[in-house]
Amino acid sequence: MSRINSAAELEDRRQKILSKRDGEKPAIAICGGTSCLALGNDRIISAFEDEIAGQSLENRIHVRVTGCLGFCQKGPIVVIYPEEICYTEVKPEDVPDIVSQTVVSKKVIDRLLFTDPDSGQRATHFNEIPFYRKQQRNLFGDNSKLDPKSIDDFLALGGYSALSKSLFELTSEQVLDEIKKADLRGRGGGGFPAGLKWETARNAPGDEKYVIVNAHEGEPGAFMDRALFTGNPHIVLEGLIIGAYAVGSHQGYIYTHHDTPQLRENINIALTQAEEYGLLGENILGSGFSFAVEVHLDIGIFVSGESSALMMAIDGKTPEPRPKYIRTSVSGIRGKPTNLNNVETWANVPRIISKGSEWYTSIGTERSKGTKLISLSGNIVNTGVMEVPLGTTLRTIVYDIGGGIPNGKKLKAVHFGGPMGGSIPESLLDTPLDFDELAHLGAPMGAGGMLVIDEDMSMVELTRYFLDFLANESCGKCVPCREGIRQMLKIVTSINQGKGREGDIELLEELSEVLAGASLCALGRTAPGPFLSTIRSFRDEYEFLIKDGDSVYRSSLKNEEVPAERAKTIE
Amino acid sequence: MSEIILRIDGKEVKASTEMTVLAAARSVGINIPTLCHHEKLEPYGGCRICTVEVETGGRTSLVAACLYPVQPDLVVRTRSENVDKIRKMLLELLLAHAPDSLELEQLAREYGADKNRFEKESSFCILCGLCVRYCAEIKKANVVGFVESGTRREISFIPERAARECWKCKECFPLCPTVALQAAYFLTEALAFPSPSPESESER
Repeated sequence: MSRINSAAELEDRRQKILSKRDGEKPAIAICGGTSCLALGNDRIISAFEDEIAGQSLENRIHVRVTGCLGFCQKGPIVVIYPEEICYTEVKPEDVPDIVSQTVVSKKVIDRLLFTDPDSGQRATHFNEIPFYRKQQRNLFGDNSKLDPKSIDDFLALGGYSALSKSLFELTSEQVLDEIKKADLRGRGGGGFPAGLKWETARNAPGDEKYVIVNAHEGEPGAFMDRALFTGNPHIVLEGLIIGAYAVGSHQGYIYTHHDTPQLRENINIALTQAEEYGLLGENILGSGFSFAVEVHLDIGIFVSGESSALMMAIDGKTPEPRPKYIRTSVSGIRGKPTNLNNVETWANVPRIISKGSEWYTSIGTERSKGTKLISLSGNIVNTGVMEVPLGTTLRTIVYDIGGGIPNGKKLKAVHFGGPMGGSIPESLLDTPLDFDELAHLGAPMGAGGMLVIDEDMSMVELTRYFLDFLANESCGKCVPCREGIRQMLKIVTSINQGKGREGDIELLEELSEVLAGASLCALGRTAPGPFLSTIRSFRDEYEFLIKDGDSVYRSSLKNEEVPAERAKTIE
Repeated sequence: MSEIILRIDGKEVKASTEMTVLAAARSVGINIPTLCHHEKLEPYGGCRICTVEVETGGRTSLVAACLYPVQPDLVVRTRSENVDKIRKMLLELLLAHAPDSLELEQLAREYGADKNRFEKESSFCILCGLCVRYCAEIKKANVVGFVESGTRREISFIPERAARECWKCKECFPLCPTVALQAAYFLTEALAFPSPSPESESER
């Protein structure tokens, strides 16, 4: 395809793509997300191809392998367009029926529909399934409508019109103002206003500036950025280019995991296509603005997702955090002003530019605007990726969208923010999803990994697990983080094994203060999070284990199979 | 290079803008303890013993003096209840690894740190990185480095390089606040250096 050289040519290209497409032509969208892939959707894809070839329907039916559709629990998911009929837990042997009955004869196959376990009702379409009903999928909704490897699919949905609007109708100040007015807050963890960050980088002295997509997502239990970026790479790329224009940057980086082949492939294809179309590289859309993007892969350690460590890595140095007494927006890669945002933050940008900040601020709460992607996992009926307006209560997420707790168990807590986050007890479940409300409860939203915990889980064990994770994943450079986590892990482990002593809780509190006060980076400063939040809401569990833990632990060992080496350490 | 005035422990201190709080304090004889700092090396910010309290725009925060840049009207407190508490615990954490280090013992006396507070785990090394950074920054030899991350982090000599470079240098030895470096070196030498053979001797 040839280069597009103006805003008008972009619209022409879009019309040309749309004119070749027949909205009434049946399309089969098969979820190609990581979870459905693991459930064997490759066999379903080939079964569809074979069946369609067998019935000589190649020209009449379009098959599309999409990104993640979110409802991982019930995968593989198949959606039939134009009716938007949604089938769950599809098996290869269902494929001939789907083609001949639903696609050809327009008949719904009841057995493949999702059945609500509470009401027994069947749901035919996406939005009738309780998991989807209370979501608002501003960013994630396009996943089922496009093939992530096709820029034409993205253009057909209005893609890159926000970029064209930014370059030809708005000045870079106006773009920045719109993001500031939208009150877009960073989705990577801190919730820092993106507009202010952009402004700092924009105003920082120097001509050479950088912008980065942080797609590291190292937090255990967080998988929404990968789902979004893999399923719709162009929405993130469009946001990045708009941001570069606002900041005054001509070089961007995408920093991601070395071990996500699907994501890497889709990013690389997207970059190549965008360049071919003149949406990336020299003189974008003939506007005179030039911008290039390079992909940088991590070496597989958690802390390399921290912004300053990440920039060290791009610089070719050991990915260890550096103190941010001078902000990275002023001095980042090679000492130049560098603006970093995470995947979801960038993906919001084209939407804000297209629909306006007023539309954006109409969604959400007073100080947390827009929607938020959440990856829901743990003791929950519906594991998956979802997108809700900020302000949705945790109760709605757990019970209406998540389907409640499996096996008739009671909910104990929900945990946000992974190993440096915190837990919110069941009694506070009516708390709205809001950056400040959650932070106030000692459970900052983090990137959006939400872990649901039932009554059987020990909060002391949960804290031990996170400390153990951090003991390996801290870089080990500064003393409070390395040694503080080492000692906290030792103490919590001994409490967990019934060997706790009077004074342990106070010692943990003192260590927490030193970690929070003296550590070099945010990892160490927030590492006590799980302990501090569980000691606040579940102090009785610690006290009980310190007092009576020995007998509890021993009797629990008799009932369970204990690995030999663990049993030995107890003796 | 313009001059500014800040306040350290109540004293007005003149400093140039590219100085750190540690350098400004030392220039007027105010002592801030350090373990990983060396004048010839880039500031590192690893040991955090130099943590001080600073006040800017009405906000108090804890920062590492060896890295924090001076600013006009900055108020610095090199000792406070909070600062002393942090230094005491950092020393206790390090003494679990190197209970016999003279440098640590001296600081422990000053801050009332109890060397037996945490269970001993005598790795001897406190990972200050002086040897690693001296070898990299001054000697440009990169013979000794860090391996692993988190609580498993340790220093390690690369035997092939050590066999070639160290015999003529060993300048890192006196920098080590504990005995770990020499132990690590001699262990490398004993285990991994090629044993001298008549041919290689004659080649030299």
